[in-house]
Amino acid sequence: MAGDAPSSTEYITHHLQNLTFGLHPDNGWSFAHGANEAREMGFWAINVDTMGWSIATGLLFLWLFRYLAKTVTSGVPTGLQNALEMVFEFSNDIIRTSFNGKSKLIGPLALTLFCWIFFMNSLKWLPIDLFPQIAHKLGIEYMRIVPTSDPNATLGMGFGVFLLIVFYSIRNKGFGGFSKELAFNPFNHWSLVPFNLVLELIVLIVKPISLGLRLFGNMFAGEVIFIMISLLPFWAIWVLDVPWAIFHILVIALQAFIFAVLSVVYMSAAFEEH
Amino acid sequence: MNINMTLIGQMIAFAIFVWFCMKYVWPPITQALNERQQRIQDGLEEADRARAELHKANEQAEETLRESREEAARILDKTRARANQMIEEARNDARAEGERMIANARSEIDSEIQQAKGELRAQVAALAIQGAERILESSIDEKKHREMVDRLAEEL
Repeated sequence: MAGDAPSSTEYITHHLQNLTFGLHPDNGWSFAHGANEAREMGFWAINVDTMGWSIATGLLFLWLFRYLAKTVTSGVPTGLQNALEMVFEFSNDIIRTSFNGKSKLIGPLALTLFCWIFFMNSLKWLPIDLFPQIAHKLGIEYMRIVPTSDPNATLGMGFGVFLLIVFYSIRNKGFGGFSKELAFNPFNHWSLVPFNLVLELIVLIVKPISLGLRLFGNMFAGEVIFIMISLLPFWAIWVLDVPWAIFHILVIALQAFIFAVLSVVYMSAAFEEH
Repeated sequence: MNINMTLIGQMIAFAIFVWFCMKYVWPPITQALNERQQRIQDGLEEADRARAELHKANEQAEETLRESREEAARILDKTRARANQMIEEARNDARAEGERMIANARSEIDSEIQQAKGELRAQVAALAIQGAERILESSIDEKKHREMVDRLAEEL
């Protein structure tokens, strides 16, 4: 992206390209220059911007709530404590209404998912060109700051939840119990076991994929619209940009909430006895 | 946009964040909030109890007040009756005393009248004898007529 003003297509593809670091067949260990090189790196490459921003937002979340954990008392809360306690109570409510088992993990899981995804999504409120421009000045070619518009990040969390579902299903029901649940649902007859297995495995594997793709789809679509809007003449951008950003207050919070609630619901199924 | 190692990296970051949250964030907050809930509950219960106690104390105070009012009224009644009785008694006593004094005076007067009468009688007898002596001079035997005159004086 040096020098000349880019065409619209170049602008859009540039904004949708992650900063990928990996082993290129020709260039060795390097940052990818463009989508083709990134594709050629295959699976063994890492999106540095996605990882960096997601870890940064995650640390922000942990720092905030660690502050709450250190200062919280049974007395009267003040200022920031109040706000954080509200978020805490909110995630506690999610568990109370959607989770029937007993687990030390489920509360932290819901809180982490909700807050982390909310913070990652919130990065979308920052002007779309701000960080790419700063990165460009620093000599970094690509910079996508919203981790949740990268399917790697959303599917990563989705499969994280998936592993927890499998782990707790086996721990609570035993390997036999879990297999039986997969084999004899929904049709409880031995002749239909293969059919059941296929069906239930699809149901199981679809859970993390749907979690990840729903979040990714919403965030990616929103980002594309922001990019399109920023292609308008500079004096017209705010006309569409401001309403879209306001609308995203809803989307950002809602997607974080949906991800957390569905994870809790899936986890609840892993704790249920049949 | 292609799937790569970032997926694994995100899973690891996710695991670490959840673990940290589970270890260092969730338990102290939950504990503090539970403690606060307990404190609020205790406070409310205490307030209820205090209110009940206040109600009871008020009732007791009213009861005491009513009792003392009744007691005062009773004492007042009794005192008034006693006072009346005392006045009555004093009046009776005074009346009796007066009557007694009148009776005494009357009997004293009577006895004095009797005494005066006796003296008068004796003097009258002596005078009569003197007069008769004068009139009759020595013709009368004093010893002989004395008895007659005494009898006469007795009849007076």
